[in-house]
Amino acid sequence: MDLSFTPAEEAFREDVRAFFRDKLPARLSKLVREGRRLRKADMEEWHATLNDRGWLANHWPEEWGGPGWSVIQRFIFDNESALAHAPRVVPFGVNMLGPVLIKYGSDEQKRHWLPRILDGSDWWCQGYSEPGAGSDLAGLKTTAVRQTREGGDVYIVNGQKTWTTLGQFADMIFCLVRTDSSAKKQEGISFLLIDMKTPGIEVRPITLLDGEAEVNEVFFTDVEVPVANLVGEENMGWTYAKYLLTYERTNIAGVGFSIAAFEHLKQVAQEQKKNGRALAEDPLFAARMARVEIDLANMQTTNLRVLAAVAGGGAPGAESSMLKIKGTEIRQEITALNRRAYGTYAAPYVPEALEAGWNGEPIGPDDAATAAPSYFNNRKLSIFGGSNEIQKNIISKAILGL
Amino acid sequence: MNFDHTDDRRMLADTLERALRDGYGIETRNAGAYGDTGYDPAIWAQLSELGIVSALFDEAAGGFGGSGFDIMVVFEALGRALVVEPFLGALMAGRALAAAGGHDEALAGIVTGETIAAFAHDDAATPVVATRGADGWVLNGTKAVVRQAGAASLFVVSVAGEGEPLLFAVPTDTPGVSVRSYNVVDGGAAGEVMFVDVTLTDNARLGGDGDGQRIHDAAIDAGLLALSAEAVGAMEYVKEATLGYLRDRKQFGIPIGKFQALQHRMATVLLEIEQAHSAVINAAAAFDGTDAKARAKALSAAKYTIGRTGALVAEESVQMHGGIGMTWEYAVSHYAKRLVMIDHQLGDEDFHLQRYIALG
Repeated sequence: MDLSFTPAEEAFREDVRAFFRDKLPARLSKLVREGRRLRKADMEEWHATLNDRGWLANHWPEEWGGPGWSVIQRFIFDNESALAHAPRVVPFGVNMLGPVLIKYGSDEQKRHWLPRILDGSDWWCQGYSEPGAGSDLAGLKTTAVRQTREGGDVYIVNGQKTWTTLGQFADMIFCLVRTDSSAKKQEGISFLLIDMKTPGIEVRPITLLDGEAEVNEVFFTDVEVPVANLVGEENMGWTYAKYLLTYERTNIAGVGFSIAAFEHLKQVAQEQKKNGRALAEDPLFAARMARVEIDLANMQTTNLRVLAAVAGGGAPGAESSMLKIKGTEIRQEITALNRRAYGTYAAPYVPEALEAGWNGEPIGPDDAATAAPSYFNNRKLSIFGGSNEIQKNIISKAILGL
Repeated sequence: MNFDHTDDRRMLADTLERALRDGYGIETRNAGAYGDTGYDPAIWAQLSELGIVSALFDEAAGGFGGSGFDIMVVFEALGRALVVEPFLGALMAGRALAAAGGHDEALAGIVTGETIAAFAHDDAATPVVATRGADGWVLNGTKAVVRQAGAASLFVVSVAGEGEPLLFAVPTDTPGVSVRSYNVVDGGAAGEVMFVDVTLTDNARLGGDGDGQRIHDAAIDAGLLALSAEAVGAMEYVKEATLGYLRDRKQFGIPIGKFQALQHRMATVLLEIEQAHSAVINAAAAFDGTDAKARAKALSAAKYTIGRTGALVAEESVQMHGGIGMTWEYAVSHYAKRLVMIDHQLGDEDFHLQRYIALG
């Protein structure tokens, strides 16, 4: 048993750190550190920087532009990225669609779409959830009916998707649609790529509890989609959807995010005062911090144990459900402590202060304005990507055999 | 990064696990654990002959192991079988003697398993105090709940001194030493150890001025790691037993493991056990490291984690078993008692959380 990284892995970590030192603009890392909202241009800028280095799609095969990293290298990169307060990679094209196309797409689809994900030609969003299909995703009702046309058949798509993150920026959406209503619910689903500029698509923002409109509803009314945009086989979409949900989960615990957030919390707890001394010296607050710090140290080793078990290749299976549950609980607890730390100054709601580029006079401590909104925003962690209850169902079946 | 044990260590664990599987069922264990001596001397002799005690010490101390991961694999296996034989006393007393040096004969007795040793640490209402006598030391006071005090022939006694702890090797037949023995709730025996004008020569003291803290920590750190690993072994057993019960037990016509209310509780138990396992790995790695503060923090983090998780696993497993989990006859109830009571040894969850915070 040896918990240290190899010299080669440590050298790799130094390379990664040097890259962030040289290439990550201070303006961007400041926004991320302060928990402010990035603009589309900020995210595109960072994608382009990563892509120049060949590190944007770090889990893709080398043939399609990946760097050929091991799972441990990816873990190191993800951690260092969080610790450097780099913007996170927008996952929809790089982490979600890319792997599905690489495994199930036609050669033509791969050659067309994969380079466009890397160079930012297309901003992708995800069309999975529907108002009536959340945890029960296979109950989705959006239909696609094939029609014969001169010049090529089309699907006519009707229905509604929801919780579409950053859909307001998207050029393209990958959608699960029902192509056979008579089959068992998992067996009549297909995976379609749809141009967001097609007539009949309407995007409406949903404002969330923190005041942010990062998610949307997407309505489809008689939307025509060329059959060339079907990925894989008709009615096999559920297989592809499940693959997407299990792929690239090395970072699902978000250990790097938690470490960075905890470092920030320690600083806040030194600066904030309670009963005339630093909050960090208040026994009850110190106990809350120590509990989550210990949980996080344990989580880091749990995560590495899971990765070491799959280091020969492949992705973690149901173990990633354990990482997701505990990892998101830890992240949420840290955001809760950060909110508590500001006391009464967590309350003032200054929407402008959440945006990039705001230069106003803060109310109370510098970063207080983002603490409560970040806490509320991060309630999503235990809901999206398969709620933590769904993850427990997966653990029950796949690991516990119940 | 490698989470596999070395071949030698794997073989050690396999040997121990096989011996316990073949000869240490719950009835055998309970006969010793709840009997007058609190353990079975024949089983102790058999396990000592296998080299299980020697594995806890390095070659300089007469053993063949002694690293953090050696302690971890041995105590995990002991915990899985709910062993009550006096390994912890051997480890802690032996580690103190080894750290001090100059007590080769006593140490050799422990490492071979011939001497039963107990580490007397917690104080009763009248704490043990050591005063300098004419040509040595005089001990007065009472040590509380010393595990296997009645069976021991040697105590290593830790006494709060001025500025640093004082440690003494005290044969149990020393005039003025007496023991009031009893069984403990989770199995095994312990005793109140009373010292009345116990006169010791200076040779009985472990180390000299300035050595006390180091010797004390050598014993306590090993004990913390051992208890944490033992807890994880016990948790693994309880997890498997509870899973088996969830699959086999039927109510409303189906296995109770089909009910989501129980599935989700069991999933939580599983992932908290994995976290506890990680905590012990972190502690074992830090135990062998050179960074004293990191070692102390990792050990407290582990003891805190297994204290919290041990109670969770115990309570949830009894609850999911229902009535059968409450019975003396069923093994899980005895594991549950151990998992809860382990938090009462060498500082509980709150103590170690505070210590972790104080370490900074």
